Amino acid sequence: MMNWIAVGTLSDIPRRGARCVATPQGKIAVFRTAEDQVFAIEDHCPHKGGPLSQGIVHGAAVTCPLHNWVISLETGKALGADEGAVRTIPVRIEGERLFIALEALASRAA
Amino acid sequence: MTEKLVIIGNGMAPGRMLEHLFEQVPGRYQVTIFNAEPRVNYDRIMLSPVLSGEKAFEEIIIHGDGWYIANGITLYKGHKIVAIDRTAKTVTSDHGVTESYDKLVIATGSVPFIIPVPGHDLPGVLTYRDLDDVQAMLLAAQSRAKAVVIGGGLLGLEAAAGLNSQGMDVTVLHVMPTLMERQLDPAAGYLLQRAVEQRGIKVITKANTQAITGKGKVEQVELADGTIIPATLVVMAVGIRPNAALAKDAGIAVNRGIVVDSGMRSNDPDIYALGECAEVNGQVYGLVAPLYEMARVAASQLAGNEAAAFVHMDTPTKLKVTGIELFSLGDFAEGEDRQEIVLRDAAAGVYKRLVLRDDRIIGTVLYGETADGAWFNDLKKKQTDISEMRDTLIFGQSYQGGASLDPMAAVAALPNDAEICGCNGVCKGKITGAITAKGLTSLDDVRAHTKASASCGSCTGLVEKLMVLTIGDKYNPAAVQPMCGCTTLGHDEVRRLIKAKGLKTIPAVMQELEWTTSCGCAKCRPALNYYLVCDWPDEYADDYQSRFINERVHANIQKDGTYSVVPRMWGGVTNAAELRAIADVVDKFEIPMVKVTGGQRIDMLGIRKEDLPAVWADLGQAGFVSGHAYAKGLRTVKTCVGSDWCRFGTQDSTGFGVRIEKFMWGSWTPAKVKMAVSGCPRNCAEATCKDVGVVCVDSGYEIHFAGAAGLDIKGTEVLGLVKTEDEALEHIVALTQMYREQGRYLERIYKWAKRIGIAEIKRQIMDDGEKRKAYFDRFVFSQRFAQVDPWSERVSGKDKHEFRPMASVGFAQAAE
Repeated sequence: MMNWIAVGTLSDIPRRGARCVATPQGKIAVFRTAEDQVFAIEDHCPHKGGPLSQGIVHGAAVTCPLHNWVISLETGKALGADEGAVRTIPVRIEGERLFIALEALASRAA
Repeated sequence: MTEKLVIIGNGMAPGRMLEHLFEQVPGRYQVTIFNAEPRVNYDRIMLSPVLSGEKAFEEIIIHGDGWYIANGITLYKGHKIVAIDRTAKTVTSDHGVTESYDKLVIATGSVPFIIPVPGHDLPGVLTYRDLDDVQAMLLAAQSRAKAVVIGGGLLGLEAAAGLNSQGMDVTVLHVMPTLMERQLDPAAGYLLQRAVEQRGIKVITKANTQAITGKGKVEQVELADGTIIPATLVVMAVGIRPNAALAKDAGIAVNRGIVVDSGMRSNDPDIYALGECAEVNGQVYGLVAPLYEMARVAASQLAGNEAAAFVHMDTPTKLKVTGIELFSLGDFAEGEDRQEIVLRDAAAGVYKRLVLRDDRIIGTVLYGETADGAWFNDLKKKQTDISEMRDTLIFGQSYQGGASLDPMAAVAALPNDAEICGCNGVCKGKITGAITAKGLTSLDDVRAHTKASASCGSCTGLVEKLMVLTIGDKYNPAAVQPMCGCTTLGHDEVRRLIKAKGLKTIPAVMQELEWTTSCGCAKCRPALNYYLVCDWPDEYADDYQSRFINERVHANIQKDGTYSVVPRMWGGVTNAAELRAIADVVDKFEIPMVKVTGGQRIDMLGIRKEDLPAVWADLGQAGFVSGHAYAKGLRTVKTCVGSDWCRFGTQDSTGFGVRIEKFMWGSWTPAKVKMAVSGCPRNCAEATCKDVGVVCVDSGYEIHFAGAAGLDIKGTEVLGLVKTEDEALEHIVALTQMYREQGRYLERIYKWAKRIGIAEIKRQIMDDGEKRKAYFDRFVFSQRFAQVDPWSERVSGKDKHEFRPMASVGFAQAAE
């Protein structure tokens, strides 16, 4: 069973932007696209660990601020010629409230 | 022995004829050209994009002055020939120049038809024929007032669209019931009218103009039904007629145009005529493709090939209004012996109609989707029997034989003799052949060698696909490297269109310029954001989500995700209080590294993002503001101690450096800008490798620019010497503004200068005081909105979401 934890509201995140959620397993970046889709992934680029939450969000992808890898927010995989992936975290919107599934994260991290 | 060839007229047809002639018999003729227009040969078809602001005149020049010199041509600009003496074999211009000829070519083109209604000669009534007309229209458009275009044909609609995009309130009057009735059937004419009206242009059909009235200038247009339309500008675009008066006066046979045989020769064997003024087999022509064919024939004749002959051809018509796709070819009147195939897609605004006779295409009208125009044209030209593919014919080439809908496959499937460029009559085989034989890799090369896509440019996409098919990855679309994968437009085109179309938001740019992605990418968004900040400083709301993280949080991200902070030290000057404040901040926030930068200031590295606002608050208390060490903007102005301290100093270089920095800080630029001021030619501030540098000398200030000391190493160029500090500041600011307006995003000054030309920059900044002042004023205006310290804004709470996590979760569970 998944345990959904509230982390804030949709309006906390700017469109085409991201905010971080601090967890014992490290930071999770929660993204909001131009069309108000929400995704959560590890805030850690598979390339050199860059903070993806600081990148430019375009479509359903983010460009890492350190070396311009482009990561799909939907799959967590690097797009284009690069290879690598970050973990995606289930996220749900209930009205305005945002929830992420923390156990999924904990169990996978273990 | 060379023969004397005199040409009357300097339009596209004789220009093309000369190209062929010099290729076939170089050196045979000594050429003299009389041009009634005071300029070189330019692409008249592209006047509409000039009117709408999408292109500059320089971009549509076909033969620059250098071409005339290189080919030994004497060009009399602004000379109108007033008489031809066929007995003496001479021509005489209105300025009294008389030249003798062995062969004479008359290429006087056409004159616009003026409806002889009362008031047609009032000031404010224009035609649409040459660059002078376009310039007059652009001038009139500045008033943003009302314009009436008489004529709903190709030219009239292009003029209306151009004036509309220049901000005028435009009404089109058309005497027939539907627009472009000679090229379009009523259904397509209706769709076109709707598209034109959606742009805010009013259309009145069946409009019979009765009079143009006004006191001393145009004030209104009156129609036969009593309608009155106020207007300060009237453009007549109702048609053209061959300009044959000169030939007629000389006793040459003239009917509608100058009568020539299929070898373009008039009834005087030494006199040829070509272009819009010529009449061949009872036909006169106005589209460029047959005129270029005439040019080819005339050149062959002049080269001695008497077999060369002009054959009548149907030419597709395309409307050059951005966003309206329209293609028309051949005969599409209804008749008993004809069948038609029609496809309508109302939602997509698509209408296609093929007119067939005996299972062969004789006419085509495509509206909204014209990609298959080349294929239909090919089928028509070859009189291909289409009975086998009749059911799917209208869906286009890609539907035949179950092939995929890939446009690349469609181009690949075209036969070698399929026409790609209608203007210049270039077929597929000629293009692919030239690419392979000559190893061409850029569009400009293909244009130069084959002429394909070199006139109206509407086949550019096809030519590019051919290049990809022929050489694959080696195709280098260098001439117009697109900004990124989201568009085919280059930086310069995008910048021009932002201004020309008055686009003031990123979504507006993406919508109007047909971006292929929904919200761009990390390459185009920061560029667009900069262009909009630069072009509309007072109106554009900076889009922080389109800035790189450094500019978003006003600090420099480091490899471990922490940040570095560099406060401004004006001109590199500091004092004990400032240094003490920095020391306190370093202690308080346990900043692990403090370093002196190359730009004469202090960098604090390893600051946690969450701490940034607090660090800035403490620095702000001591009077520090952001040093913009992260910005595509003004970074530092490095100085030496100058005349205050140095025994060699000639001017107050420190004071001037501080003054420049205080004047220019906060301004955004295409790439970073680093400056320096040295107090004497010993140049201790290293001003001669900076983006902009000043070397003080006894007699004043030597201004340098376009240096580099990074990826590339390059000494500066000297802009010039000025006497006073005030003048030096004005020149430096104007230079920076010129770069801000023209530079491509991430293009440093030295690269921009190389592209624009050092001489051109000197001309605008050093020699043209008015231009310099205008650049200066625009910079000053823009600074009113730019000089806000981003650190103190954020200390006061702006963008606080950037610096804090949204939530902290899971720690309690982890402790269990």
